[in-house]
Amino acid sequence: MSEILIETEGGELDAAPMNLQMGPSHPAMHGTIKMRVKLDGEIVQRAEVEVGYLHRGFEKSCESVTWTQVMPYTDRLNYVSPLCNNVGYCMAVEKLIGVRATERCEYIRTIMAESSRVGDHLTCVGASAMELGGFTAFLYAIEAREELWRLTETVTGARLTHSYCRIGGLKDDLPPDFIPNYRTVEKKVRSLVADMHALLDRNRIFLDRMKDTGSITAERALQWGFTGPVLRSTGSDYDVRKASPYMLYDRFDFEVPVGQKGDNYDRYLVRMEEIEQSLRIIDQCLKQMRPGPINLDDGRLVLPTKDEVYGSIEGTIAHFKLIMDGIQVPPGEVYSYTEAGNGELGFYLVSIGEGQPYKCRVRPPCWSLMQAVHEMIEGYQIADIVPTFGSVNMIGGECDR
Amino acid sequence: MSKYVLERLQARFADQIEETHSKLGDDTAVLKRDRLVELLTFLRDDPDLAFNLPIDLTVVDWYQKREPRFEVVYHLYSTSKKHRVRLKVRVDEDDAVVPSSWPVWPGFDWYEREAWDLYGVRFEGHPNPTRIMMWEGFQGHPLRKDFPINRRQPLTTLLGEQK
Repeated sequence: MSEILIETEGGELDAAPMNLQMGPSHPAMHGTIKMRVKLDGEIVQRAEVEVGYLHRGFEKSCESVTWTQVMPYTDRLNYVSPLCNNVGYCMAVEKLIGVRATERCEYIRTIMAESSRVGDHLTCVGASAMELGGFTAFLYAIEAREELWRLTETVTGARLTHSYCRIGGLKDDLPPDFIPNYRTVEKKVRSLVADMHALLDRNRIFLDRMKDTGSITAERALQWGFTGPVLRSTGSDYDVRKASPYMLYDRFDFEVPVGQKGDNYDRYLVRMEEIEQSLRIIDQCLKQMRPGPINLDDGRLVLPTKDEVYGSIEGTIAHFKLIMDGIQVPPGEVYSYTEAGNGELGFYLVSIGEGQPYKCRVRPPCWSLMQAVHEMIEGYQIADIVPTFGSVNMIGGECDR
Repeated sequence: MSKYVLERLQARFADQIEETHSKLGDDTAVLKRDRLVELLTFLRDDPDLAFNLPIDLTVVDWYQKREPRFEVVYHLYSTSKKHRVRLKVRVDEDDAVVPSSWPVWPGFDWYEREAWDLYGVRFEGHPNPTRIMMWEGFQGHPLRKDFPINRRQPLTTLLGEQK
């Protein structure tokens, strides 16, 4: 059969660039986000990212509730590692008031934040692998995350939106059998992470899709305001926990893994190594931690015990005032920063001396990352959008707030 | 430690600085907006300051509390010197315009769009000064203190309603 089926001008197929809309609801995009891409064949010539589909008015809501009532909203920022947000917010308010949580409280906060970080990285790596066809690795990652979440549930009472921290302390101490339970979970997580390494590290398909795609240089990444694993994969070693140790991070021995090329594969390796380092930090916490109070002995911040509330008039009044009027934060402004799963999570709070925040700004690490994603996908093939977007680990709740 | 940053700024741009403070350890300088881009470039390029990481940009609305109404707040960090600084520029409601930091870093791109969208502060020279959280055609700037929290603006035209 030598019959020509499609006639084209000049004997060639029409090669005009094609405009394509990816999203806002796309099966390979976890998160509601739209990308407008201009394609030359398979190559992305230009890309434009559009966010804001999940904007819920975090700041506006915070301005009409008390300082303590902001806690559940922070859970819903980066909903994969809510405890990091809880800790970040509490530290900001405490810095504004001028107090510091007790030592045991800080150890527990560190343990919970680090286990949250492990869960965050597992989700990111697992989901990236799944989008590239590695479904088994995804199941292993989710299994490990599930173990951690079950453990977190025994501590906080919730699987996903914990609201565990309180200004000046915590909701509750660790349960008595936490350490043996954690050891069991740790063993399982370590073995599952080892399995993931075995499944992915030398997997030909995974390597071909991840290596040398979505690259960005350290210099460019800094200009865009990158932080967290994506910045560290380019070779810059900025980690808030090392650069300006908050809480008790100066007591722990841990490494900051950095990449070399800033491509998707380096981001994968950095995240996997950070899981290891987080487990190391938790291990040291459990060894160093001593019994002691978890809440500050400060009636201005911490609710009185139920015995006091029902047994004394002072307790009743204090409880009523703290619930109805909220914690009275002195006027001022503060910027407090912590290392969350995706990078520097900052809270910029302004108080005018009332029980409600005058302004509660969150600096979401994803926001800086997403504004530069177009640079990381331009020049690559359209199929490379999927691993790049996956390894940036955009969390809609945090990005759009 | 990083009081040094404020001293350097004072020495170089004394006439551009309205006030400084270091409350709660956060070094803060309130600036005039005229030579803002020049000042940011100095902060970036000076080898002793080397602010290479644009962290955060936001606006505080002091509606009926202070004059001028808006305060644009920048947070910068230097990964090599490990110091931070907070810069503020105050603008009035009638003249809510600040030069864009786009020529210095691209890193405040979306932050400036967000500030325009939610507070209505315009950034002169921004390459794409459009709304980012809200949709085009949204009326008002929702994070202003005089925007009611329960105001609804349906995106779709309801049945029987005139567009």
